[in-house]
Amino acid sequence: MSSVILIGVVTGVFLYGIYKRVNIFDVFIEGASENIKAAFDILPALVILMTMIAILNVSGVIEVFTRFISPITSIIGFPRECIPLALLRPLSGSGAMSVYESIVSQNHPDSFVGNVASVIMGSTETTFYTVAVYYGAAKIKNIRYTLICALAADISGFIVACAAVRLMM
Amino acid sequence: MSIFIVIACAFSLFVSVIKGTTEDVTQSILSSPQAAVELYFTLMGTMAFWGGVMRVAERSGLVAKIALIFKPILKRVFRDINPDGEAFGAIVMNISANMLGLGNAATPLGIKAVKELVKEQNANATATRSIITLVVINTASIQLLPTTIATIRQALGSNHPMAILAPVLLTSAIALIIGLLAISLCDTFSKTKIKQGTGNE
Repeated sequence: MSSVILIGVVTGVFLYGIYKRVNIFDVFIEGASENIKAAFDILPALVILMTMIAILNVSGVIEVFTRFISPITSIIGFPRECIPLALLRPLSGSGAMSVYESIVSQNHPDSFVGNVASVIMGSTETTFYTVAVYYGAAKIKNIRYTLICALAADISGFIVACAAVRLMM
Repeated sequence: MSIFIVIACAFSLFVSVIKGTTEDVTQSILSSPQAAVELYFTLMGTMAFWGGVMRVAERSGLVAKIALIFKPILKRVFRDINPDGEAFGAIVMNISANMLGLGNAATPLGIKAVKELVKEQNANATATRSIITLVVINTASIQLLPTTIATIRQALGSNHPMAILAPVLLTSAIALIIGLLAISLCDTFSKTKIKQGTGNE
């Protein structure tokens, strides 16, 4: 099913582009090079954050830390390996990507832990960054209940991710 | 972020000396920067490819057409704003761009939408319910195709990189619904609080 979706989307977009007389090759190149630049811009952040996450991991800091928190998260069946990911996800996109990469390389991507980490990455966003960018640009100072609601969505995302992996994969 | 880096270094040094893992830490300081560049190369191709595909979708008017489908739903979510106004138009385009994974295009549209909402609702420096709703939708991931994550899975040896699609969509949907429910709960609560406040005066 999902294998049909990707090729279907790609074919559909290109056919519609041709039908609307868009020069799809040139436009494709334009969009592709913009994204390469965007990816390149996060590389320096990725270098420092992946190194920090790696030393936190191999030194044993993360292990000590998760042992402390895991009694709470184990109640809902949240895998302890994903705790650092859940904590970092709302704060930093590159940081979460670094943790995600380290989780999936230590556990097979098709394992329960790998799947839960993947679903968390695919279904949540860098909440604090987004809030800061939007309210900063619009010069809004009183954000009222924005963070409570955004974090409620994130936390329910973490919980539902485990349940969805158990039921659907 | 700077504080995080200092804490990470200090904790790692402290714990590694106690646990005797300093050798491993040294090794990962030397190898992790390279791993970051490898991850970048893993992702760059997919990001470039979908950036290209989605730019075609944008330029051909397909994104605007898809936006029409979401319009009726969004009218119900953003009930207190003018459905023919500038703000609503920007909201529809922002949310459609997010769904298609056009992060670079979505952010300026979203900022425009928030600014227009401030104007339309005379919000000044205080977030209104509509503004909060838009921001919360943007902090939830509503991207329909998790291609970046699928690429990392594939690069690390997954046999079914796209198998996460259905659980990702379900999780995103439930998280978003909880976020929206939380908004209407907080909104009702803050309104009654305001009423009580004025009643006492």
